[in-house]
Amino acid sequence: MDDNEIHRHTIAVLVDNEFGVLARVVGLFSGRGYNIESLTVAKVDDAENWSRITIVTTGNDMVIPQIKAQLERLVPVHKIADLTVEGPSVEREMALVKVECKGEKRVEALRMADIFRARAIDTTETSFVFEVTGVRDKVKAFVNLMEPLGRIEVCRTGIVAVKRGSDTI
Amino acid sequence: MANQEMTGAEIVIKSLIDQGVEVIFGYPGGAVLPLYDELFKQNSIRHILVRQEGGAVHAAEGYARSTGKPGVVLVTSGPGATNAVTGLADALLDSIPIICLTGQVATHLIGNDAFQEADTVGITRPVTKHNYLVKSANDLARTMHEAFYVATTGRPGPVVIDLPKDVQFEAGTYIPPSLVQHKSYKPQIKGNLKAIKEAVKLIAGAKKPIFYSGGGVINSGPKAAKILTQLVRMTGYPITSTLMGLGAFPASDKQSLGMLGMHGTYEANNAMHDCDVMICVGARFDDRITGRLDAFSPNSKKIHIDIDPSSINKNIRVDLPIVGDVAHVLEDMVKVWKSEVCVPDAAALESWWSEIAAWRSRDCLKFKQEGSVIKPQYALSRLQELTKDHDRYITTEVGQHQMWAAQYLTFDEPNRWMTSGGLGTMGYGLPAAVGAQIAHPDALVIDVAGEASIMMNIQEMSTILQYRLPVKIFILNNQYMGMVRQWQELMHGSRYSESYMESLPDFVKLAEAFGAKGLRCDHVDNVDDCIKEMIETPGAVLVDMLVDQTENVFPMVPSGAAHNQMLLADDKEGEGPEVSSKGRALV
Ligand SMILES: Cc1ncc(C[n+]2csc(CCOP(=O)(O)OP(=O)(O)O)c2C)c(N)n1
Ligand SMILES: [Mg+2]
Repeated sequence: MDDNEIHRHTIAVLVDNEFGVLARVVGLFSGRGYNIESLTVAKVDDAENWSRITIVTTGNDMVIPQIKAQLERLVPVHKIADLTVEGPSVEREMALVKVECKGEKRVEALRMADIFRARAIDTTETSFVFEVTGVRDKVKAFVNLMEPLGRIEVCRTGIVAVKRGSDTI
Repeated sequence: MANQEMTGAEIVIKSLIDQGVEVIFGYPGGAVLPLYDELFKQNSIRHILVRQEGGAVHAAEGYARSTGKPGVVLVTSGPGATNAVTGLADALLDSIPIICLTGQVATHLIGNDAFQEADTVGITRPVTKHNYLVKSANDLARTMHEAFYVATTGRPGPVVIDLPKDVQFEAGTYIPPSLVQHKSYKPQIKGNLKAIKEAVKLIAGAKKPIFYSGGGVINSGPKAAKILTQLVRMTGYPITSTLMGLGAFPASDKQSLGMLGMHGTYEANNAMHDCDVMICVGARFDDRITGRLDAFSPNSKKIHIDIDPSSINKNIRVDLPIVGDVAHVLEDMVKVWKSEVCVPDAAALESWWSEIAAWRSRDCLKFKQEGSVIKPQYALSRLQELTKDHDRYITTEVGQHQMWAAQYLTFDEPNRWMTSGGLGTMGYGLPAAVGAQIAHPDALVIDVAGEASIMMNIQEMSTILQYRLPVKIFILNNQYMGMVRQWQELMHGSRYSESYMESLPDFVKLAEAFGAKGLRCDHVDNVDDCIKEMIETPGAVLVDMLVDQTENVFPMVPSGAAHNQMLLADDKEGEGPEVSSKGRALV
């Protein structure tokens, strides 16, 4: 209302690792028309049987707190943190990038990978698979640079994030 | 006798008994036969056999809304569960505590497109507060008790428990309710005291205050209504209520401005628009209340008390949110008000009340009963007059008659008024009346109906007769889907596309076919006699009240308009605000 500007937020959600929990979270976003830019999920606590979901979403100042409040209503949700507003955090994304290239292009691909600290984890005479890790923009830039070298295939994990310092969510 | 070994079906029934359940509404089928077998073997729980599963959920809603207890439903897998979906969505939007047990195919068949298989947890996920699929009898007791906790605490709502048939046969361990706790779900009950103090200060200093209360007060319980009434009387401020909140504060009290919103009173909507401090208690600023968002009460400081944090700042930005249970927060407010010896600004209040008096003098609900054709407003005014001293529960269907019932019937107590506010489900009223009458066997339970809505769950007449329920069905028969016709008249050039009800049944004969009494009334002089006969007849009665076909519901805030731009019944044609093309796109 007052501020209709759209911002990107990274939200961490701790949930019971139970049947259907991801469907609840995803259904909430689709049902209420919220955006999902990326979503990652995996079990993080065996003893408590908790999974952690990291969602990157966009919305204005009215929508973002709504998203948090709506997530809070889900019964299996334990904790929610909007990492974008709760102090500094670090974010990482991993991508596997396959590029099909021959001859000089191969040298170029390796040179590029070196600059981005990407590792070649598979190679044939006509292809590489690189593993690259970093913030979104870095991953994107790497993919953009690989593109002209040959047919590529990209697989990205989506963002994971934690707060900086000793503070946990 | 904790930790007993039982079959799954026994565990379910034992859990229900231990949760204090006395009645369940249901319909059998293959996937719930073990449960029905257990029901057969016991005497603590009464089962009410409805005629369609949708009716079971609405009946449970009527039961819940009129008692404050959760309503329990039992239906079979597949079509049983899908028929229940509308009722679940209805209960979700109106925050009604419902436990719905659904049968499911055996666990090894799930996902195989087995006979009468449906992905019930998938289908019901967005229309429930929470749902469970129980895959082991050992999880059953915990799940059952947790379901009751989730359904009835915080903002109440429907919870589904899907029960595969093999789990109903399987042996498992029973645990009693006291041993079950939830790890993550803990609703906030007490409000923040600092915010409450700040709110009291704001309230005491107001010059043009208004209380705006909603269904949350009813859900919080009779105590909440009592404290609200106390606080409103202490302050001397005006109060208006949403459709869902009617009865929380006595409507016959002079401080009550009646209902607000799209078909609210002129005085309530104008006071909301012009107020300087708004105290929203258990209501949620939905679109039927606010009208045009950017023109909603532009100059007020808004206090919002709600148990659901997601209701805060959803549609309207408020200045002072207080998350907590209404009864607890209001109790603290009254305490603070007393301890700080708050005194309202008498002069300001007097001039505020005189502004309100001017709006009131428009007499926005007046109508002209001329000639022999019965005005629906007249029929309801007479119904009010002739039933007001009874122990009375009213349910409604959805449409014009629902709005007139809200306008012309008076509710001085909570839990007496049951209507589908959020979802607006035609067909709600008759089964809801079944539920209310089961809970209050000696009370006068009336379903105020339209001739179109009543056809949506007319089969429940049969339930009424089976259990000899003295439910009264009061049809305001205008031969139109009146509310649809009204919108077509106002917004679609009077092109009455498919809103005329052709081939209506002879309702009197229909009543008789079910074994009830049917009465017809088509002359204004007979209205009183008809209503009296309805009340005095012991058993179920259906009244077919033939009313003016062209009457519209006023006042009205047209879609996309502001609160102070209301259409009144006596406005000359074309005098009201134009409905903008943007407004037309709103529902
Ligand atoms: C299940 C369902 N379908 C459609 C509607 C849309 N609708 C709202 S009011 C109405 C007409 C109701 O007609 P009637 O019961 O005769 O009541 P009246 O408005 O004439 O009093 C319709 C079709 C609805 N609310 N619910
Ligand atoms: Mg009608």
